[in-house]
Amino acid sequence: MIVAWPCSGGDEFAAVFDRDRRHRLLIVSPLFAEMNRTRRFAIDTMRALDSAGIDSFLPDLPGTNESLQPLASQSLHSWRTAMARAARHFAATHVLALRGGVLVFPNALPGWVLEPVGGASLLRQMLRAAVLAARETGEYVDSADLLETGRTEGLRLAGYDLGPALIAGLESARPLDEGQREIRQSELGGPALWLRAEPGHDPAQSARLAAIIASGIAA
Amino acid sequence: MNEHTDAGLRDVLGQVLGLSPARLAAMTAPTPLLGALPELDSMAIATLFGALEDHFGVIFDDAELTGDTLATFGTLAALVQAKRAG
Repeated sequence: MIVAWPCSGGDEFAAVFDRDRRHRLLIVSPLFAEMNRTRRFAIDTMRALDSAGIDSFLPDLPGTNESLQPLASQSLHSWRTAMARAARHFAATHVLALRGGVLVFPNALPGWVLEPVGGASLLRQMLRAAVLAARETGEYVDSADLLETGRTEGLRLAGYDLGPALIAGLESARPLDEGQREIRQSELGGPALWLRAEPGHDPAQSARLAAIIASGIAA
Repeated sequence: MNEHTDAGLRDVLGQVLGLSPARLAAMTAPTPLLGALPELDSMAIATLFGALEDHFGVIFDDAELTGDTLATFGTLAALVQAKRAG
């Protein structure tokens, strides 16, 4: 179900499976396009965790999904603050960060990171998408020029309004994992859903991920 | 083409485009990509090149990401192969 949780700019929303159980997993979603591509995968994983007796919480990053905040005023710092706040609000005992979620997750919690990615890599892909989209309309821009503009004025990249603070943060952000167990895509036994152009899902991969987490929590 | 390049390219295309193993296996050098695959919008193309970079440990230049490069399986394979050799 979807519930509201208090954040600094006002209430945000989260998808939750909460039966007030002992083990409570905060899931920090991937960023930008990868977030949409993996939404159903994440929800399927939460359902599988629920069957395994584990509560889970998937909060919106402010400015994304159902959030009423503008994306353009977000930064990695505001997302880190929000995810730390969500962890406290939901009394999370563990955390799972997916892909770019590892740039903003509360890393004091024990848990897992799935295929962590750096900010520069995510930013480069969005800059490229913007370069390619501009070319389709006969306009020539290059990534370096776009980035220069973005650092001072912000940019609309691949449909996302990124403010200067978020762009600056992404340029240098490295995964924050500290002792969390890294899960590789190959352990899930299927193709990487965050790469897929058309959002897909794969219940078998979600079940596998939930099983890794359930056995880790029990250990 | 190098077998490793061929296999890696099929793997990445399969993940980005969600193609079935049968469809992937049927791809040959003249198989058209851009234009034949509606999923290949600008974000998907950027994702594809990012995934190829990760897979092969190479870096592409903006200027290399053109319609010519993506015309067919063969043209894309040639670019990847040249990058790996370089």
